[in-house]
Amino acid sequence: MATEGHAPTASEYVIHHLTHLNNTGHAQENIIDWSVINLDSMFYSVVIGALTVFLLWLAARKATSGVPGRFQGIVEILVDMVADQAKGIVHSAESRRFVAPLALTVFVWIFLMNAMDLLPVDLLPRIWEGMYAAGGGDPAHAYMRVVATADLSATLGMSTGVLLLCLYYNIKIKGVGGWVHELFTAPFGSHPLLYPINFAMQIIEFVAKTVSHGMRLFGNMYAGELIFILIALLGSTATVFGFLGHVIAGSIWAIFHILIITLQAFIFMMLTLVYVGQAHESH
Amino acid sequence: MNLNATLIAQLVVFFILAWFTMKFVWPPIVKALDERANKIADGLAAADKAKADLALAEKKVVEELRKARESAGDVRTSAEKQASQLIDEARAEAGRIIAAAREAAEHEAGAATQRAKEALRDQVAHLAVAGAEKILRREIDAKVHAKLLANLKQELQ
Repeated sequence: MATEGHAPTASEYVIHHLTHLNNTGHAQENIIDWSVINLDSMFYSVVIGALTVFLLWLAARKATSGVPGRFQGIVEILVDMVADQAKGIVHSAESRRFVAPLALTVFVWIFLMNAMDLLPVDLLPRIWEGMYAAGGGDPAHAYMRVVATADLSATLGMSTGVLLLCLYYNIKIKGVGGWVHELFTAPFGSHPLLYPINFAMQIIEFVAKTVSHGMRLFGNMYAGELIFILIALLGSTATVFGFLGHVIAGSIWAIFHILIITLQAFIFMMLTLVYVGQAHESH
Repeated sequence: MNLNATLIAQLVVFFILAWFTMKFVWPPIVKALDERANKIADGLAAADKAKADLALAEKKVVEELRKARESAGDVRTSAEKQASQLIDEARAEAGRIIAAAREAAEHEAGAATQRAKEALRDQVAHLAVAGAEKILRREIDAKVHAKLLANLKQELQ
């Protein structure tokens, strides 16, 4: 983080922490650039995703109908919770065979990715800076963001996945003709004059759903991460006030954040189910 | 806050993870849950059945007890009846025996009296004859006077 000779200013510190490690080696310049990929987000989301399915598989491998252990118990509680929610929202047993496991994966995966926020903000980035410097690089360019859900690309990637699922189920359940008919006749009714308005409303609905789905998770996690960074800045003043402020505010925010990470994971899962469920319903 | 190819990669990872869960995680856990639910349902049904059986058995026990008590009462009544009958019979028998014994004794006594009377009469006749002999100072021919003696004997009766 620190360039040789002088400690980073508060602004440099924050910007450093909010810059992704990507394949270009420097911060992305354009708002949208499909040639860039965030290596840190991909690394953490893939590793945590693998951990998620490994943990779930560990429980599934030894699942018995006898007396469950504690680990099997917690996984069963999760499965039961997701299965109940899916049953109430998606009224198609066949679709649930894919959608319910998807919702479970999404919940645990996002929860664990969010939980990376609870690690000290400088822990993993500082280790990465050490490794980067040991490799001969400039630690000022050793960027690392550990919370993959605080990356807009990642959350919009997942919400786009949900959008694709919605489109798939719309066509599967209603047929291409039925769905196109619905696009032009709902929500205002079947009249040639209303066709363009209906279609525009439908497109806006799909875009709004997808963008808000991804943005909600991103916004919460990004804000949470930023506040942790600011609290860490408070501690970096190296005064009694800064130290106490860091300890007290950090504790309070971390405890409150436990609620947020769980809630956001749950909301993302529920909205996934709701949107897929809506794709099953004819207007 | 930029969009880039991470979006596409994350989308792919999203579906791979969901596919893995659908294939390897969800079915065994749901199967275990359903099996356990069935087991519990069976266990509850068995418990209910056992409870019903127990109630039935208790009812049966009460019924059997009542029957046993009833039959014991019957046995006692009939035994008492039999006993009193036996006592009655024994009493009647004893009465009969006593009566018979008394009768026999009376009969015996009557006969003895008769015999004694007859013996006495004989002796009196002999004494009378002997007395008369002495008075007459002569031998009385018993054979001659047998008729006389017999008459005398008759009169003494």
